[in-house]
Amino acid sequence: MRNYMQETDRYGKLWIWTAAVVVAMVPIVICLHFNAWPEITAVLKGLLGVAPIYWTVGAIEVITYTPMLGTGGTYLAFVTGNLTSLKAPSALNAMENAEVKPGTEEGEVISTIAIATCSIITTLVLVLGVVLLAMLAPILNSPVLKPAFDNILPALFGGLAVVYISKNWKLSIAPLIFMVALFLAVPSLGSSVGVLVPVGVLVALGAGRIMYKKGWL
Amino acid sequence: MQFNPNSTFLYLVATAVILFVLAQSVFFLVRAYKRGKELGMTDQKLKKTILSTAIFTIAPAVSILIGIVTLSKFLGIPLPWIRLSVIGALTYELPAATSTANALGVSLSEMITDPKVYTAIAWVMTLGIMPSIILPPILMKKIQGGMLKLKNKDSKWSDIFMTSMFLGMISAFLGMVFSDIRSGIAGWIPIFVLLFSAVLMGVCGLLIKKCKMVWLETYALSISMVGAMAFAAIITPILV
Repeated sequence: MRNYMQETDRYGKLWIWTAAVVVAMVPIVICLHFNAWPEITAVLKGLLGVAPIYWTVGAIEVITYTPMLGTGGTYLAFVTGNLTSLKAPSALNAMENAEVKPGTEEGEVISTIAIATCSIITTLVLVLGVVLLAMLAPILNSPVLKPAFDNILPALFGGLAVVYISKNWKLSIAPLIFMVALFLAVPSLGSSVGVLVPVGVLVALGAGRIMYKKGWL
Repeated sequence: MQFNPNSTFLYLVATAVILFVLAQSVFFLVRAYKRGKELGMTDQKLKKTILSTAIFTIAPAVSILIGIVTLSKFLGIPLPWIRLSVIGALTYELPAATSTANALGVSLSEMITDPKVYTAIAWVMTLGIMPSIILPPILMKKIQGGMLKLKNKDSKWSDIFMTSMFLGMISAFLGMVFSDIRSGIAGWIPIFVLLFSAVLMGVCGLLIKKCKMVWLETYALSISMVGAMAFAAIITPILV
């Protein structure tokens, strides 16, 4: 087991550092090609509006999702993005269906397969979508479909929750009550759900620890 | 060089980036599949994971495509395509573009024609998401080492620990659904959608267990998600 995991870590590092270079090269080649370098102050000002939040959320996401997704899954998911809305739920659903536990090598394999499949299909759908954009744009922008896509997260998490909560209902009570109460009390938090995932995790872990110690689980 | 946010050059850059992402995904997929076989997992189980995930991914992928359409109105197609294929999400990229445009005093209501504005936005988008790509390799050893220690020390608690993490994530999203209910009936729609999705999943679960329709397992999450999305499209015009 150690060998596969160690190799995954080595390859993962190689890929993700290469990805970092590829990502950084995008604005560089665009600036070089058009010979249009932006004012540093403009970039800094723009960055000031988003970086404090993004960098904090980025760091929190790495700490929160790495144990869930496993080594290979993490290296892949952090390059391809859309973690909370796509990669983490699909890895969780795949592990649940395959009846393997996260944190085991079997879990690692299934999680990686799910995240890789997810990335490939997303990329292909986007390629197809871009090629056919002129044709698809009126459909995608149609007011009939808008509510469907506006509600994609409740549509996804409703189904996922049934499976996961029904199997672990004792562990679910505390984080669920806490989160519903929190969002009811402070509705404006709705737009920063990403930041609140680790809060939910901490509540679940705290309650889980107490119940475990008391022998309720 | 005449600037055009939809130039062939930018499409070539996008293609290169997308090929890189595909290559990395295929590399990890093949490795994990082979390892799964070595661990004694059947082809059927592994293929089922691929099929189930592939079908489930389509609707969220279309929603990402809508993100590209939104951003393409002022950034052209290639840059949003790159950003939403690598790390990005619309929730990141739109504020990044808006923040930069505000700093430069530019409006995003029409296509950007000034290359300096375009490149400033490209830089802010890129620098904004860099920690997500740099931190995993730096922190991986510590996090996974910690998890291994936990597992060796107390494997039952380690299982509860992992389950709690997922439940924490699910709880945050379930809680979020309740954030709009003060805005009247429209704010209840996400809750109805959530419940409808839960009911669909419950029905799928019953069919799988009671009617032995095991094949349905592969599609259950997709059915509940897409079914609930369709439900949202139907009830929203009625309720709002």
